[in-house]
Amino acid sequence: MLPAALFFLFFAVFPLVLVVFLSFTDWNAVGDPKFTGTDNWRRLFTSHDVLSSLGRTFFLSALCWATQTVLSMGIGVWSAGKQRNRAVLSAIFFVPLLLSAAAVALTWRSVLDPNFGLDASFGHWLGRVDGLNLLGRDAGALAAIVLVVSWQFVPFHALLYQSAARNIPQSLYDAATIDGASRWGMFRNITLPQLRNTIVTSSTIMIVGSLTYFETVLLLTDGGPGGATRVLPYVMYRTGFTNYELGYASAIATVLVLLGTGLSLLIVRFSGFASMRSTLEGM
Amino acid sequence: MALSTEARPATGGVGAAPPAGPRRRRSASRPNWLAGALATLWLVIVGTPLYLMISWAVQRQDKFTDNGPLAPPTHPTGFNFTYVLDQGFSTNLLVTAQVTAASVVLTLLLALPAAFAIVRSRSWLAGSAFRIFLLGLAIPAQAVIIPVYLIIIKLQLYDTLLAIILPTVAFGLPLGILVLAGSLRDVTSEMYEAMAVDGATPLRMFVSLVLPLSRGSITAVGIYTGLNAWNGFIFPLVLTQSPNRRPVALALWNFQTEHGLNTPALMMAVLLSAVPPFVLYIFARRWLVAGLAGVGGR
Repeated sequence: MLPAALFFLFFAVFPLVLVVFLSFTDWNAVGDPKFTGTDNWRRLFTSHDVLSSLGRTFFLSALCWATQTVLSMGIGVWSAGKQRNRAVLSAIFFVPLLLSAAAVALTWRSVLDPNFGLDASFGHWLGRVDGLNLLGRDAGALAAIVLVVSWQFVPFHALLYQSAARNIPQSLYDAATIDGASRWGMFRNITLPQLRNTIVTSSTIMIVGSLTYFETVLLLTDGGPGGATRVLPYVMYRTGFTNYELGYASAIATVLVLLGTGLSLLIVRFSGFASMRSTLEGM
Repeated sequence: MALSTEARPATGGVGAAPPAGPRRRRSASRPNWLAGALATLWLVIVGTPLYLMISWAVQRQDKFTDNGPLAPPTHPTGFNFTYVLDQGFSTNLLVTAQVTAASVVLTLLLALPAAFAIVRSRSWLAGSAFRIFLLGLAIPAQAVIIPVYLIIIKLQLYDTLLAIILPTVAFGLPLGILVLAGSLRDVTSEMYEAMAVDGATPLRMFVSLVLPLSRGSITAVGIYTGLNAWNGFIFPLVLTQSPNRRPVALALWNFQTEHGLNTPALMMAVLLSAVPPFVLYIFARRWLVAGLAGVGGR
């Protein structure tokens, strides 16, 4: 008990405090951090780079959340069925989850490569001689990130939805069938309300994840083209470990921590009443 | 395929279980064509990169550039396999294996007694420790990587394998403890009392009652931790620098920077890095899924 708690406090909880402290210092990785008061924070609030990447982060997170939620709910509910073909397909759908973020991003980078990948082939089919150049356009690069992030994480969230969908009492569907409800009606009035807890859990993981996660951006677009995919965690990483302005990067990291915990608290708070109601509904 | 029904025994008791109901789904009186079509579309999206990865990995680079991305590999070759291993990738695989094994062992050594204490002890300390671990589920490693970097430097562990292992374990502990505590709660107090009557010490209870009964979730936590450690990217990225201490996920990126134009070799490297998790998936799918589903049970 005690070893685990101390270990965890030292490597995971203590850094939460330390990152706030470091945000008031100047540190270039050599020597010790020097206290500089609110310099980093003043710089942060006036930085165009940080503010514009903050907006980009929100936009990309929202896009990733919406895409992943629709896909993983659909796949999860679909694969909850016991049909043989669904079982086989969902075993294949699971495979991206086995790959590292690096493997996924680099594979997609090759697939979308304008010279050697599918990008050129698709472009030719669609009548564009130079290919689609997805990774070379602002909107295209953002779309590519949403695609790759979804490809990588939808299997996990689909798994959450699948187990939740399997736990919905069959009697609810039986009653609805007797009432002559349509398939869509059953989904909207039974499945969706019953999945409310899972929607909250899954959304929280997705949103906190996409606010802080930068591996895909680093490996797929490296912030490009022309800074179009510079999200806040990516800016933090580059500020900290390319420019070695670790104090300033800590201020950005503090913003990320606050955003992450703030948003997840907000989601749980808003859904608290809803989740209590959903378990009683229709019973 | 009863993914989650198989997962139940391992994750059972984690958090508030949804209302139990019959596991039978409404029988497919009429096939859902729309859903089938969309699922096929998703299969294409999931399958295409996986197919291309394998197809490219077994082609020589000149053939790949000549024939284009969609040409099937008519003359599969093991050339890239030897080439990638010669580039030092075998060292990276070995390093990853060491990091993974150490992370799994250390996580279980720390998480098991902690979960046992949390379930058995009635002190306020155990309760608040559990709440701290719950909070830990929400700490994103990326957002605290700078202080972790400072701590590792101060411990003089920078650029060692321990620099990767220790944070990996620390950030894996909350979920591990949560899943293990969930399954330990299923060991009824009657069983403990029966053993206590026989004069068993807590250690004896732990060894001959708790360990055998929670074997399922121990496997799940071990496999989940192992997968995380094997695929870990951020800790090695920031906390090491020597090429011979790079786990495969990070080595892939360096490989891409150095051999960027050699797509077939890169795909072979990606493929090699995925073999161990894939073998695990084939032989231990239920435990892998159980470990992953543990997150959703909270």
